[in-house]
Amino acid sequence: MEPQARTLVDISGSHAALAGHADMVLERARWAAEVFQRYDRELTMAIADAVAAAAHENAERFADWAVRETGFGVAAHKKLKNELTSRPLVDFYRNDDYVNPRIDEARKIVEIPRPAGVILALTPSTNPIATLNYKVLISLMTRNAIVISPHPAARECSVDAARALGEAATDAGAPDGAVQIIENPGIPLVEELMVSPKTSVILATGGTAMVRSAYSSSNPAIGVGPGNAPVFVDSTADVDKAAKRIVESKSFDNSALCTNESVLITLEDVDARLRRSFKQAKAYICDADDVDRLRRYLFHDRGFNIECIGRDAAWIAQECGIRVPDGTLVLLAPIAQIGVEEPLSREKLCPVLAYHVVKRRNQAITQARAVLRLAGAGHSAAVHAMDEQVAMAFASAVEAYRVVVNAPCTQGAAGFQTALAPTFTVGTGFYGRSSIGENIGPGHLVHWTRLAYNSDASESFGNYRGLRPGFSGPLPEAPSDGVPGSNGYRARRAEADASVFSGVTREELRRMIAEELRAVLRK
Amino acid sequence: MSEAKLEFLDRSRAFWNPGKTQDWQDMGVDLVIDRREGYYLFDMDGRRLIDLHLNGGTYNLGHRNPELVEALKAGSARFDMGNHHFPALARTALAEALAACAPAPNMVYTAYGSGGGEAIDIAIKTARHAKQRRKIVSIVKAYHGHTGLALKTGDDRFSKLFLSEDTLGEFVQVPFNDLNAMEDALRGRDVAAVIMETIPATYGFPMPQEGYLPNVKKLCEKYDALYIADEVQTGLMRCGELWACTKYGIEPDIMVTGKGIGGGMYPIACTCIGEHCGGWLTEDGFGHISTGGGAELGCIVAMKVLEIVQRPEVRTMVRYVSDYMRAGLDRIMAEYPDFFIGIRQHGVVMGLEFNHEQGAKPVMKHLYDNGVWAIFSTLDPRVLQFKPGLLMTQADCEEVLRRVEIGIGLARDDVMGSHRRSA
Repeated sequence: MEPQARTLVDISGSHAALAGHADMVLERARWAAEVFQRYDRELTMAIADAVAAAAHENAERFADWAVRETGFGVAAHKKLKNELTSRPLVDFYRNDDYVNPRIDEARKIVEIPRPAGVILALTPSTNPIATLNYKVLISLMTRNAIVISPHPAARECSVDAARALGEAATDAGAPDGAVQIIENPGIPLVEELMVSPKTSVILATGGTAMVRSAYSSSNPAIGVGPGNAPVFVDSTADVDKAAKRIVESKSFDNSALCTNESVLITLEDVDARLRRSFKQAKAYICDADDVDRLRRYLFHDRGFNIECIGRDAAWIAQECGIRVPDGTLVLLAPIAQIGVEEPLSREKLCPVLAYHVVKRRNQAITQARAVLRLAGAGHSAAVHAMDEQVAMAFASAVEAYRVVVNAPCTQGAAGFQTALAPTFTVGTGFYGRSSIGENIGPGHLVHWTRLAYNSDASESFGNYRGLRPGFSGPLPEAPSDGVPGSNGYRARRAEADASVFSGVTREELRRMIAEELRAVLRK
Repeated sequence: MSEAKLEFLDRSRAFWNPGKTQDWQDMGVDLVIDRREGYYLFDMDGRRLIDLHLNGGTYNLGHRNPELVEALKAGSARFDMGNHHFPALARTALAEALAACAPAPNMVYTAYGSGGGEAIDIAIKTARHAKQRRKIVSIVKAYHGHTGLALKTGDDRFSKLFLSEDTLGEFVQVPFNDLNAMEDALRGRDVAAVIMETIPATYGFPMPQEGYLPNVKKLCEKYDALYIADEVQTGLMRCGELWACTKYGIEPDIMVTGKGIGGGMYPIACTCIGEHCGGWLTEDGFGHISTGGGAELGCIVAMKVLEIVQRPEVRTMVRYVSDYMRAGLDRIMAEYPDFFIGIRQHGVVMGLEFNHEQGAKPVMKHLYDNGVWAIFSTLDPRVLQFKPGLLMTQADCEEVLRRVEIGIGLARDDVMGSHRRSA
């Protein structure tokens, strides 16, 4: 008979067990983070590159898996996102150095990067793998350890993906435990992880409740609120191009990204042209009855119907009983009002775009502000206009920290068709009750220790050029005395001094003296 | 020292153990452990000590590990010690859990003691029954406990006092790391078993030379003796694998685990027995009886201990603690090369060797004064037992190294004089 390990007394749901589990994972990460700080830039980037390569290689497999597991999105688009968050992400930051000190001769200041330590990353079900790739890579580039808590709906693909990245990292020399994932992320366990003093910062992407919970954990948190992007198509816009871009944006991964356009606002004199262009771009314009069906289907009393997240336009139309032409990519839903009384003016993570016509530009701006007041404050907005004064007026009025101009908002706000930082965590800043208002990147996971000299001109600045903190690299393996292949019992050479001074000669000397003495004493 | 502590020490001398109480005062260690948590001990006067003694791994997972406390609490809602005569749910469940992770595939049975000594006695009795011989070979300066048979395997430091040393020539001792002596002891084919601590702890962790332990096992096979692995101090991940004997490539016939298996929360010890030598369990299952052995509450705690130590996070942390401590100790050794002369190490089992026959005692005292509790090796006081916990945090390890560097420096000045060191 085979022995079985059984549990006679199950304490797995107790606070002690959950806190114990969280503590162990986080302490392992703390160790990894501590050792990681010893790494130089070359090894750090080699690890990031190896992990990016693994992420790239697995992009398609995990895209398919994510769609299969969650039911959200378009596999081909997810593959693209998974790829964008691997090699191109590392390349984007390749010239940014988060490892070596920066010297500012003019101000007599030296800045030494100090990694956060342990990043607790919450990843969503809508973009599970792309977000995971991105968070792992920005952590590794900055020599941080990361613990991922995946959304339960995307648990399986996330666990497998994180394991693959973790293996690639350790194979490339990263400290063991630098990439970990919580395999059974229940809410009580995630709460333990969030409140633990061993978590350095929480990087929260997901639903509002979870993000708020991260902020109230007492730990530093970089959280991201929901989106609800208004897009304004001005009379100076190239209307054809605008329609094409908006369709491209809304149909990309079926609007599973929170940067997708939610409510389109345009002017009366653009309306007819814009509708024609949309039709050509394979958008279907709903009639009043269709809009009614859509509204009822997309919004329950409890809120947005999550069944529709990342579903394609044809699928949604069919569910609502709306007949649409073959190949329809986006459903356009004209609405007369914006505000609490019109649910379609809320966030919709599916290729349904509310469509609202106003009389004047000023009104467009007040309506766009109203969209973001409803939801999505601090997130994204877009404008299509050739007149930069219009763009300036719109951008300075709407409470969004990124306003994409003449580009698809989904991709543009996330930094994939603009020069913004490529990200899967869009800082929603003060408007969105968050700490950071820009696209989150590796720079947010490092603080800097500043050596600041006396500014008096009579005090000279030191020569810091070429000076490095002691990058002593991975910890040497301790011997297992008596085990074949281990170093065996003997006094080992002391580790190279971790100071900036070249201590090698002194260490060598000490070692020789020590060995001589030992030899004498043994006689 | 507080009035309260002075008074307490008087009571300790009066009612508990006058000699032991006084000896510690004489050594300058006035510790009376009161509160305890994680790897911290708090003296009754409030001073904090980081515990590197851990009572031979008893507190591997820290003092009052919350998961073990919870398991014990939850267990006590259903179980008590149990009735040792009957098939028992928890005793069998722990036996299965042990069989599932035992160092030899046929190690299916577990017999229970209430402490390590009793479990060693069971191991010796088991071997004697299996081989129908009395002779037991152990190493010089061995330490396997203080019960009847275990006592006789060890140094006479503990047996003579009680007129309990072996007088019949049934217990033979040979020097550690000496294969010829071992072969000589076994050659007569009259030995029931060799009992071996994988790394002798109380002797200050002399490390087995490469090939020594596997060759002892081979000699056992050659001369038809059993191999008993005493894994009381080396087991439960302290050497980076669940059982240290595995690291040396040994599949013992009998293995004993104790101390840490009860997590410091409920005393229990286990004798894991290979099917081929557990004949008495079939022939006369009532042959060994122990009311407290394998108390079911202890079994509940022990199952949790086994589950925890086999988590992948623990494996990583043991490696980090070992590597990090070693790197730091190497640096300290380079600072005091005339005094701190060696490190014996396997995982978080470490012995620090000092260049004086009682050298570990002043080190112990200065570490104590500097907030670290580590004890000298009773049978080799040149060596300080340095035993960080499996789950020690990076912050605590750094704290230990900071304090150890200071403590060793002061001890060195005591022993060698305060004139300037060579470097």
